[in-house]
Amino acid sequence: MKLGLLFSGGKDSTYAGFLAQKYGHNIVCLISLESKNLESYMFHTPSVSQTVNQSNMMDIPIITQKTSGKKESELKDLKKAIKQAKEKYKIEGIVTGAVASVYQTTRIQKICNELKLECFNPLWQKNQFEILEELIKNKFEVVLTGVFAYPLNEKWIGRKIDSSFILDMKKLNEKYKINPAGEGGEFETLVINCPLFKRQLKIVGKRTWSDDNGKSWRTEVILK
Amino acid sequence: MILVISTCKYKLHELEFVKPIEDILKENNKKYITKNYTQLNKNDLEKADKIIICGTSLQDFGYLNHLDNFYWLNKITKPVLGVCSGMQLIGLTHQGVNKKKTEIGFYKEKFNKNFLNIKENTKLEVYHLHNNYIDFSKLNDFDTCSKSSSVAQAVKHKNKPLFGVLFHPEVRNKEIILSFIR
Repeated sequence: MKLGLLFSGGKDSTYAGFLAQKYGHNIVCLISLESKNLESYMFHTPSVSQTVNQSNMMDIPIITQKTSGKKESELKDLKKAIKQAKEKYKIEGIVTGAVASVYQTTRIQKICNELKLECFNPLWQKNQFEILEELIKNKFEVVLTGVFAYPLNEKWIGRKIDSSFILDMKKLNEKYKINPAGEGGEFETLVINCPLFKRQLKIVGKRTWSDDNGKSWRTEVILK
Repeated sequence: MILVISTCKYKLHELEFVKPIEDILKENNKKYITKNYTQLNKNDLEKADKIIICGTSLQDFGYLNHLDNFYWLNKITKPVLGVCSGMQLIGLTHQGVNKKKTEIGFYKEKFNKNFLNIKENTKLEVYHLHNNYIDFSKLNDFDTCSKSSSVAQAVKHKNKPLFGVLFHPEVRNKEIILSFIR
């Protein structure tokens, strides 16, 4: 089946795309929403500009749709982008990296249903530690590009998801209820290499800042 | 042993509609075997102590064209829980009529009768994902335990341990599945 991947450049959407390919489907385009609203409930924002570099690494074309990120207009923009993918690339369905957010998945399901497209959510309800372990097993190189919950701080920015990360997350999950996959918006990630890429993307520059006196941190990276 | 039946046309959808139910069984140390309905045989049904028929995606209607694979639901006396398309199959194989109604997302449903672990008069937030439902109103062998507008959301057979829910309990109401498997 020809599918479009709703793509943020982070671990969940990339891994969902990997699973879709593994199950015999063909990802014919990426669909990325670039939100002006850094607090968007729908879309992952840090380093989303790097999705173009990632699409080059996958040899898959990308549709990038800008959105104000306001509650209802971002859904119109999402629908517009999916419709464009349906017309241009003849997609028959969408793949998403939704894990537990009913808010996000309900809205995407409604759009796909209106457009008569299949909607695949292969990570839906999956145990978050299982996702992290599968990423490592499948040779995904993933770094943190934003942290938004205590006690995560700027030291976590750029950290790779590996077995020591999982151990630390287990401790933070027990003590602070930090969701180990960042599903509650605790952190955002960027995939710099995975089996879908031709080669690893190198981080050649980055700018890290805090908007709220060190309560949360974001980074914009330059990839090559 | 619990027989988990997939109604999904695409294997990729099983990660979304079947695996979450398998995970609940695993966490509770229940032995299970999973079969897609297209590969189901008599032996699978004979070996099973209980059966769960899982749901599928909004745009997947393949199971509606394969009712012949499900007429065993008329005769079976083992406990069966049908989720979404599974509930629809229970209704269709008992002469229920398929109707259109799209419900997606969280809804509050009231239970007017006891249903598995759910007590009468309980209101539950449930996750819906369906374009179809079955009109159970003329099926006298079934009790409708939860209903919103004209849509039966939870039904149970009056004489056999056949249960159906139109919503997806694996998302927010795992206790319903736990109650069924205990």
